[in-house]
Amino acid sequence: MTSLRLSSAMKLTLLALVALVALCGAAVAQQPTPWEMGFQPAHSPVQTQIEWLHGLILYLITAIVLFVAGMLLFTIWKFGRSRHPKANKVSHNTLLEVAWTIVPALILVVIAIPSFRLVYYEDRARDAEMTVKVIGHQWYWEYNYPDQGNIDFTSYPVDKDNPPPGTKRLLDVDNQLVLPVGKNIRILATGGDVIHSWFIPSLGVQRYAIPGRTIETWVRIDRPGTYYGECNQICGTNHSNMPISIKGVTPAEFAAWTVTAKAKFAADAPPASAAPIHIASQP
Amino acid sequence: MSATTHDTHHDIDHGHAPGFVARWLMSTNHKDIGTLYLIFAITAGLIGGALSILMRMELASPGMQVFSSGQQWNAVVTAHGLIMIFFVVMPAMIGGFGNWFVPIMIGAPDMAFPRLNNISFWLLVPALGLVMAGLLTGEGAGSGWTLYPPLSTAKYHTGPAMDFTLFALHLAGISSLLGAINFITTIFNMRAPGMTLHKMPLFVWSMLVTAFLLLLAVPVLAGAITMLITDRNFGTSFFLPEGGGDPVLFQHLFWFFGHPEVYIMILPGFGMISHIVSTFSRKPVFGYLGMAYAMVAIGVVGFVVWAHHMFDSAISVDTRAYFQAATLVIAVPTGIKIFSWIATMWGGSIEMKTPMLFAVGFIFLFTVGGVTGVVLANAGLDQILHNTYYVVAHFHYVLSLGAVFSIFAGFYYWIGKMSGHQYPEFWGKVHFWVSFIGVNLTFFPMHFLGLAGMPRRYVDYPEAFRGWNEVASFGAYIGGFSVLIFLYVVYRTFASKQVLADNYWGEGATTLEWQIPSPPPFHTFEELPRIR
Repeated sequence: MTSLRLSSAMKLTLLALVALVALCGAAVAQQPTPWEMGFQPAHSPVQTQIEWLHGLILYLITAIVLFVAGMLLFTIWKFGRSRHPKANKVSHNTLLEVAWTIVPALILVVIAIPSFRLVYYEDRARDAEMTVKVIGHQWYWEYNYPDQGNIDFTSYPVDKDNPPPGTKRLLDVDNQLVLPVGKNIRILATGGDVIHSWFIPSLGVQRYAIPGRTIETWVRIDRPGTYYGECNQICGTNHSNMPISIKGVTPAEFAAWTVTAKAKFAADAPPASAAPIHIASQP
Repeated sequence: MSATTHDTHHDIDHGHAPGFVARWLMSTNHKDIGTLYLIFAITAGLIGGALSILMRMELASPGMQVFSSGQQWNAVVTAHGLIMIFFVVMPAMIGGFGNWFVPIMIGAPDMAFPRLNNISFWLLVPALGLVMAGLLTGEGAGSGWTLYPPLSTAKYHTGPAMDFTLFALHLAGISSLLGAINFITTIFNMRAPGMTLHKMPLFVWSMLVTAFLLLLAVPVLAGAITMLITDRNFGTSFFLPEGGGDPVLFQHLFWFFGHPEVYIMILPGFGMISHIVSTFSRKPVFGYLGMAYAMVAIGVVGFVVWAHHMFDSAISVDTRAYFQAATLVIAVPTGIKIFSWIATMWGGSIEMKTPMLFAVGFIFLFTVGGVTGVVLANAGLDQILHNTYYVVAHFHYVLSLGAVFSIFAGFYYWIGKMSGHQYPEFWGKVHFWVSFIGVNLTFFPMHFLGLAGMPRRYVDYPEAFRGWNEVASFGAYIGGFSVLIFLYVVYRTFASKQVLADNYWGEGATTLEWQIPSPPPFHTFEELPRIR
């Protein structure tokens, strides 16, 4: 009997695993979920690293907080006035003082080593395969693809008071940023008016979009899907309503998209300035 | 020494006590000015607290409930931050408890520059008025307390509201600067005979370090906001890219002030907590010198970590690496303080009166806020935690829970000394537990919201963030209720007829304020005390 029950449990587990694999293959729609207590699932190598380092530090800090709380409660209990009416006058212990200086310092070293690696890893793509420019405006995003014939379009949020059916208020936009998965993509962020911040939690990306400055970072999206983010630097009255939505597609789909996008957004593109303008005389 | 003051203070009080106007509007007495500061801080705290209740009402569910526009919300966020920092925490700790007890603890008759002391206080009153004008005029100043240009420039904040806010900071800054000069001069020159620096109570040490931080940090803020004012009104372009200026320069200047500022808000609390823990454990502070120099170290290192507020802004990767390393270092002296407090309690005879409850609450909550600071110090993690609710949770744990709990601890510890009336113990404890539950319920869920990616300064948010926001708002209402309990405690305190001894805490309280009557005479020391 026992073995039969076990095997059915195993079957169920197997089924769940198959479903999970199938789900992973399918496109994801990565958005925050109700009552979420941790990071959104990672969908880029950078966010995977962030998740790992945060996990390590979370263990350490939880242990520290529990230790301090435990020590406080134990001390209050053990040395309460009724239990311990006469206080001693000990106010020095060199060994103890050295220990509680050195041990935290060592814990910090444990944190710092992987942390430095992460900072440099996040900085920029070593071999970027394409570039996308992100420009923050009050209150929409503008995206530009210099490597794909300067496709340029704006990305406005859906109406937050009457979101179209099937869209999520304060997350969905009219034109998604379309990016190929599996490619190292250089991101150049700048601001058109005030400072904004381009922030996509599940991809581990955030950079300020500052007027007069161009700030670089990078992303590589693991798998096709939709990834949501939001403006994360106070930028005026609609700060909470300039979401980011990224569509990760296969490279082939991306190539096809560039063709249609070029046609679709031709009107939006900045005027081509390649041809010199002759003022003095007509050739 | 105490006998001398007993005998003479009656004559002084009755013979020369000034009238109401002269005593309270033209005061040169450090104790009266301290009282004014405390009344001011409580008043401003009620305003700032009311703003936070409005904010939590708005955020209790998605959509717009309380505010009519994002700008109105932004203005309230800005005013809440500025009021809590400049008009609640700083006046209570530095102006209030600092003025009251630094001179007494070092055995000085008063502050070095009594009239300057009065100016310091009275500059704050119009400053608060200007912040309120910044909130209420036109569309309000909605840049966040960080005031980042270009949002704070004339193009994006037309009208006088932003100028009011900037001038408010100028006035508050001058007030702090004059106060800092006063404290440094007093502590260096007016210590009683025998009171060497290494015998100075830790609260005085904390005020000395705080005063130096103010002295070095505030002028940088003054420079930055002066440039912002001229950018707004006189056609300069220090921070305007279209004129060759740089918005990032402002961030550097602001945080060169702003980071020491957060230590300015917490260091006096460190000092108070040391006294309270020692008093209620009936033990001297463990590792006194380590405690004093840990504060000095925090103050010094606090000046070289500012760009950890700019990890996602325009700084290079090597700069990020440096600021991350420097920031992590701060955890070491902070750890020394936490462990020394516990060691002070260890082996003592601990009595959990209300001040001690708040002090132990402080140690725990500050530890929670401190370890999330270690998380945020990692530039790699800050890449996606920056500006999220995780940061909001972090700094409210160290300030709203840490600094404010230390202020309450100090209030309950010293109110009998300052007023001559003792607080009701039962209601003090009720106040502690209700606020402890309220603030934790408010701020702990914010860690989850931040990890899930909810940005700060949002008036409205996607549906997914609803759950934890409901919890946080519920907690805030409990926290708001605890303020009412506190006001009841204040009422009961002043209605109390109980006569208080000089040293009503008993043998654990050893500093000089416990050797003079409660309340102290108008002039504390007729003759300078001698310190063995």
